[in-house]
Amino acid sequence: MHTLKIKRFSWPAFKDHFGNFIFIVPALAIFSVFYIYPFFEIFNLSLYEWNGITPYREFIGFANFGELMQDKVWWASIWHAAFITLIALTFQNALAFALALACDRQIRMKKFYRVIFFIPPILSEIVVGLVWQWLLYAGMQDGQHIGLFNYFLNKIGLPHLVHNWLSDPQTALTCIAVVHSWKGFGWGFLLLLAGLQTIDQQLYEAAKVDGAGPWNVLVHITIPMLLPVIVVVMILTILGSMQVFVLILSMVGQGLVYHTEVPVTRILSSMTRTNQFGYACAQGVVFGMILVAASYVLRQISNRMKQE
Amino acid sequence: MSLESGKDNSMKRFLLFFCCLLFLLFLFSCFSKVDKNSHTLVIWHWMTDRQKTFEQLALKYEQQAGIKVRFELYAPSDVYSQKIIAAAQARVLPDVFGVLDEKVILASFIESGFIADLTEEFKKDNGAWEKSFFPKALAVNLFEEGNSYHIKPGIYGVPIDITSILMLYNKNLLQKAGISEPPRTFAEFLAAVKALKRVGIPALVSGWGEHWMVDCFASNYAFNIMGEEKIMATYRGEVPYTDPDWIAVFAVFDTLRKEGALAEGIVTKANKYAEQDFALERASFAFNGSWCVNVYADMNPRLQYGAILPPAVNDNLPLKIWGGAGSSFVVNNASKKKTLAIAFLKWLTAKEQQVFLSEETQNLPANRTAAAALSEILSEFAKAMDSATHPKVWPYNEDPLVIEVFDKGIQSIIIGEKTPRQVGADVQRAKIRQLERLQRRQKK
Repeated sequence: MHTLKIKRFSWPAFKDHFGNFIFIVPALAIFSVFYIYPFFEIFNLSLYEWNGITPYREFIGFANFGELMQDKVWWASIWHAAFITLIALTFQNALAFALALACDRQIRMKKFYRVIFFIPPILSEIVVGLVWQWLLYAGMQDGQHIGLFNYFLNKIGLPHLVHNWLSDPQTALTCIAVVHSWKGFGWGFLLLLAGLQTIDQQLYEAAKVDGAGPWNVLVHITIPMLLPVIVVVMILTILGSMQVFVLILSMVGQGLVYHTEVPVTRILSSMTRTNQFGYACAQGVVFGMILVAASYVLRQISNRMKQE
Repeated sequence: MSLESGKDNSMKRFLLFFCCLLFLLFLFSCFSKVDKNSHTLVIWHWMTDRQKTFEQLALKYEQQAGIKVRFELYAPSDVYSQKIIAAAQARVLPDVFGVLDEKVILASFIESGFIADLTEEFKKDNGAWEKSFFPKALAVNLFEEGNSYHIKPGIYGVPIDITSILMLYNKNLLQKAGISEPPRTFAEFLAAVKALKRVGIPALVSGWGEHWMVDCFASNYAFNIMGEEKIMATYRGEVPYTDPDWIAVFAVFDTLRKEGALAEGIVTKANKYAEQDFALERASFAFNGSWCVNVYADMNPRLQYGAILPPAVNDNLPLKIWGGAGSSFVVNNASKKKTLAIAFLKWLTAKEQQVFLSEETQNLPANRTAAAALSEILSEFAKAMDSATHPKVWPYNEDPLVIEVFDKGIQSIIIGEKTPRQVGADVQRAKIRQLERLQRRQKK
């Protein structure tokens, strides 16, 4: 038989715990001021038509959201971000995983490779964008290609592949996605390598005794044991890739028609170029909701996989 | 046990003290005021190439007047624009600043009471200060009677220098292609492009990755093809963008593309890189502003070049370039140092300081008496001021959303994705949408 016990209020106990609560006040205050309040303020502003300067704003309810639903350029920008994310999830993470596996083994100059692979993520996005813009440059001087890519394509006898990489709608977004993946794979590499080093070596030894080959070890031991880390890497990749922005600005300026637009460039354009502050806030709210939904779905999938 | 609980309590006290300290620091940083009561004048600007000269002038002013002036640089210009909008919202604008965006934004700042009306200052002493400027330089800060922004008529800003945007040609490269004279008409320009292509020299480069430069080039030809009245009628919604004259404007870009007149990657090129291309003789023509004189002198001091108006397509109407509006400063209406700020701006725009500024930064001075001693190339830019106009002096401006579709449309012509007619239709659709929106707002 269970009896319901109601705790009576005790002043000494409260006083004792009160000290503990005080410790979370600074964090709570900072979180409220810099995260919770801005979120509600952005949502509030999204209900107005406002140019961001004048003291008066016109309340228009959910009209900005209604307009956003019909904004083809906005939805195309979501698709572009999704494309970049897809490339990052596959190409970037596969590269990170392969390199992490390689560096986890007993190979020469292991530490050197670890440092080298971690250089791209610590470089400034602006610098990376500008360097790659130069590598992909399409101009010529005195009959010679200036951009390194086109120069080498020409030198190795593939002049038909010489291309205006960043000014062609067929290649511009893919170039941005590849550069983004190149810049980002170091984070995944580091996390996956750390994850690999936590796997108990006895599992591998037992598998070896049972006669398991490298493929079976990878599929039945390494990947399942690494699943929580893989999920974290995937969530970080999605959040980072969907918000790619600085790289685009540094590689293609204000964009190639609408082919390189992503949600953040659209928000910036609404806010600063077309002076639709309220509309920009509505875009921010919708984009935030999409990111939260994507993270939630990924978390659910990983929970289900763990249970299986 | 008691020893442990004693340790716990002292740890709690220490943490409590630390948290309180952090909280106080947070409050202090939130409510601290920046230089509001000191005697330092704070000026925000975006002109990276002028910061050093501004600092030299500030030092000179401090020695002369005993007032300290601090120039704070925020660049690039996009970031600067965002910063002043955010500062306006937070009511923390400096004593003097500049508004870079379209006139509608300047009007919003004035309407919101952020910018002081300087008309009285300009009119003092029989208008001596006003008369010292080129009228076109002053016009960008002027709101006339019955202006479409509903701003009280007056002068709201002080021009520091003037700019004109022209076509530049490389003398050596044209000579290599056997061209003795720079082209004056569009047909001559296309002939020059053909000659240059024969010797493998790319023709025109410009920073069309920055959309306002595409807009500027298109606007030059719109004036040449249809004249100001028809352009303004389009902005008012009375002439559609599908009109044959607008299609002819879009067709200029189509012709340039088909004739191979444009440098590779021009659609996404930032102006800094376009300047580099022209300075390093990778292109024979450039479309750029008078600020380039300073930039080219840094990049390649031996560059031999001249400036011309973009070659006209129509002999019946003049081609108008963007010019007059260079950099202007405005005074914060809420500043307690308004009088000091105006006194400093008067000093800064006096002949001696303007000559110094012009010589050091190779920009055209706003003060007409300072324009006497200009270099040969700057004189060419100055001469073109007769053909200058600017969106900031037009009675109407196009909606920024329509401008975006217009500029992106031109990009799609340059990459061969759309025809001039398709772009005209796209822009007109955007225009109708914005007109309907405006009507809905007016009804409310």
